[in-house]
Amino acid sequence: MRHILTLTVNRMRLALRTPAFIFFSLVMPMAFLFAFCGFFGRGRPNAIPYLMASVLALTVMGSFWGLSLQLVTYREMGILRRFHLAPLGAGAILASSILSNYVLTLPTVVLQFLLARWVFHLQHWGNLAGTFILITLGTVTFSALGLIVASVTNTAQETQIINNAFWLLFLFLSGATLPLPLFPGWLQATAFFLPATPLVIALQKTMVARASIFHLGPELLSLTVCAAVAFVISQQLFRWDPGEKVPRRAKLLAASAIIPFLLLGAWEIHSGSLRASALRSFQSMERQSVPQVSPEEPPR
Amino acid sequence: MNSPVIQVENLTKSYGSVEALRGVSFEVNEGEVFGLLGPNGAGKTTTVEILEGLRSADGGRALVCGLNPRQAGLRYKEEIGATLQSTALPEKIRVREALAMFSSFYGRRRNLADLLRRFGLEEKRNTFYGQLSGGQKQRLALALALVNEPRVLFLDEPTAGLDPQVRREIYDIVEELKQEKKTILLTTHYIEEAERLCDRVAIVDYGRVIALGTPRELKQRAAGTTRIEVRLARPAVDGALAKLEAVSDLLQFEDRYVLHSTHVPATIVALVKQLESDGNEIASLEIFSPSLEDVFLELTGRKLRD
Repeated sequence: MRHILTLTVNRMRLALRTPAFIFFSLVMPMAFLFAFCGFFGRGRPNAIPYLMASVLALTVMGSFWGLSLQLVTYREMGILRRFHLAPLGAGAILASSILSNYVLTLPTVVLQFLLARWVFHLQHWGNLAGTFILITLGTVTFSALGLIVASVTNTAQETQIINNAFWLLFLFLSGATLPLPLFPGWLQATAFFLPATPLVIALQKTMVARASIFHLGPELLSLTVCAAVAFVISQQLFRWDPGEKVPRRAKLLAASAIIPFLLLGAWEIHSGSLRASALRSFQSMERQSVPQVSPEEPPR
Repeated sequence: MNSPVIQVENLTKSYGSVEALRGVSFEVNEGEVFGLLGPNGAGKTTTVEILEGLRSADGGRALVCGLNPRQAGLRYKEEIGATLQSTALPEKIRVREALAMFSSFYGRRRNLADLLRRFGLEEKRNTFYGQLSGGQKQRLALALALVNEPRVLFLDEPTAGLDPQVRREIYDIVEELKQEKKTILLTTHYIEEAERLCDRVAIVDYGRVIALGTPRELKQRAAGTTRIEVRLARPAVDGALAKLEAVSDLLQFEDRYVLHSTHVPATIVALVKQLESDGNEIASLEIFSPSLEDVFLELTGRKLRD
């Protein structure tokens, strides 16, 4: 544990000295806030909690970007090999990556909340405890997914390509930028097979309907299982040396991290509960009062 | 006598169809500086990386401090220190931060201020790694290798790519470590480095140890001849020098005679006597001992840096 903390402090220190990190972890999330709340929320104070859910989801989803790229760059440059000479296991390197990512995400999230309140007149904080848990779990899950990307790619360039592909899917299909209820039915159903969608839906629930974590069962479960599976797999596939080849089973193992979302997607096709929730959250933008929580209500 | 600290027996390793190691064997005793000398691609780094626990061998046995590097786990890493062929650290880490971080991973730790002083890095303690010169980076790599007071030190090409002045600085550091009786395994393709620093040397070529011994033994084992270059006051009597005792070969370049001798003292005495009887005198005389380069050339038919 002591090694994880030492590594975490050092990772954070190095991140704060990197202009690219400041841009992607602070400037870009703030740009999301001002673009969403300033453009779509202008003159619509009721829309701000819904839009904040999207902003928070995008901030959390961004976790996997820098983390995977940094780990691959460290491997490519031979930095991980130097760490391999020390009495350190792969778990310490991976856990410190996630922990530093999480700790560095928190100030950005706090700043987003404060700006939403002061600049865009956010009328209520939503269920802060629930949102905090989702941000924690979301950051851990998306960081762990970043570790999976790092474990199956060899070069920074390859990592960028894969990250871009996932990022675009997360951006446009999760409901974070384009509201899910505006999608045709089949696309809505497809979206629930993505890790980003349950996070977006759950954040909408806590931010808009002030839902407690007891109303977020399927979302929390799928994110938790995915984080645990992704961490274990990335530990198994961890490579210290740039010369080490990706084992054949790697891609299959890596793909298994999305099994929780396949199950969630299948369950959602059957129940329709999350789509109903997404619709209610979306409609809240037009209402004057805060909707009551009734997460189990089926779609109309 | 103590049992060897490093034991390597018939180590083999292949990368695809390329056989990097074809049965490497040697032992390193406590307090000894042992060198693996050979050209690039000979298998030196693969051997060292197996001993550091960074790679696994395909066959054979490797033990360091009685532990199997690949199976002893993190406990093993407490016992060793190492510099890689090219040590890399994050560009934006400061010298003191790197030392403090790596030091914190070990149970046994050296005083960091002492290390900074010893490696001449005190003034650079707050400098980012990316802003250090090549020599300073290598000194930091050596300091990092010593943060845990290791029992065994592995130095993989510690002076490769460094300018001669920095190389001499590194030699001084290794010589200090040698005086402290540290067990050191170093790889090099520099003859001077092996001759100056190592108690014993294994010459490695194409994944095999082709000769092993002290630098002196190895040089004697080679053709066994020493080159003597002599200039005389007047030309020598025809054929007289070639017949001197222990001379195996004679070459003449204008006024300079090059004799290859299997026993230098006998040849010198015979030369002086011969010149006295001929009424001639020595104008200048130089003796060139065979180097490990000559040994390598004789064993492989190639120069080390071919």
